[in-house]
Amino acid sequence: MGRADRPVGGVNIGIAMSEQPDDDGIVLTEAQKRARRSRSIAIALALAALVVLFYVMTLVKGPGVLIRPI
Amino acid sequence: MSLVSEGANFRGKLAAGPDIAEPSLASVGDYIALMKPRVMSLVVFTALVGLAVAPGSLHPVTGFTALLCIAVGAGAAGALNMWYDADVDAVMTRTARRPVPMGRVRPGEALAFGLTLGSFAVVVLGLLVNWAAAALLAFTIFFYVVVYTVWLKRSTPQNIVIGGAAGAFPPMIGWAAATGSLSLEPVLLFLIIFFWTPPHFWALALYRTDDYARAGIPMLPVVAGDISTRRQILLYTLILVPLGVAPWLFGYTGALYGATAIGAGAIMVALGWQVLRERSPAETASRKLFAFSILYLFLLFAVLLVERGWGGLIARLAA
Repeated sequence: MGRADRPVGGVNIGIAMSEQPDDDGIVLTEAQKRARRSRSIAIALALAALVVLFYVMTLVKGPGVLIRPI
Repeated sequence: MSLVSEGANFRGKLAAGPDIAEPSLASVGDYIALMKPRVMSLVVFTALVGLAVAPGSLHPVTGFTALLCIAVGAGAAGALNMWYDADVDAVMTRTARRPVPMGRVRPGEALAFGLTLGSFAVVVLGLLVNWAAAALLAFTIFFYVVVYTVWLKRSTPQNIVIGGAAGAFPPMIGWAAATGSLSLEPVLLFLIIFFWTPPHFWALALYRTDDYARAGIPMLPVVAGDISTRRQILLYTLILVPLGVAPWLFGYTGALYGATAIGAGAIMVALGWQVLRERSPAETASRKLFAFSILYLFLLFAVLLVERGWGGLIARLAA
């Protein structure tokens, strides 16, 4: 049984979710999905670049980076 | 539908708040446009010069990080400017196709984008480079967004004179990133850009007067008229040119910079004089001055970079 199918508080979430009507909520068009995907990729790349930047800068600063006044 | 009524409709949309039922169609390109990439390139270039001419040595990765943070900070200021100015952007021909007035990015999204980028740029610059440069970057973003965009732009014809300081800070931030302090030399670079801004923008405003008048922006040609603006352009050019030569006079630069500053300065004065003398509306002369003013600033900073920055870099590598 998958995590979503486990009964929680007497309610089977998997069944409850599948019983939601299809037309409820926002349905994205293909163009909106594409735009959202490209934005998500850009955010992921920016965050990855930030991680790399901090890593490289830590190497540049050397062990001294750990010596800071409290 | 006229641009004015489109602007009124846009203000109505802003007042009503974002339409949360409509998911965003904004592309990555729209968010890049929010950061005003052309302005950002000038900011990065002048900051690079400030960084390169500063004394001492700076690791290339640290220098790159400083420039990246300054670029992102400038982009944040641009996004916040587009968020606040969306109503006037919608009625100006030059700015009507920006992402917010076009409806591709919602005002709230532009605000969140600008605040996020600005916070990241300042904190990362502080953590990875130094807090003096970070404080200057934070002040520059504040000055551009709050002092210029929110306060001065719509209230006084001196808007770009005082607000021009925001565009003049990057060489000081670059210098502070390299040294952790400031001195007379970066202040001279600040003054060159500060006094370059009025002739540059007023030359543009002279042939875009109708655009600014329609948007209700009290640019000098709209408020004080054509003749007064032309006099002010020449006056500021006459202050700018000696300031452009000053780094050479103070002995900070070599003969190449001195010759460039004198030669290009003479052309600036000649064009400023042409703007004053040309028969109204002086569009040809204004366009020439606007175009040359960009080249003037680029030349001064490029020669400074070649003489001081690259020369210093080669000397450091050779040592």
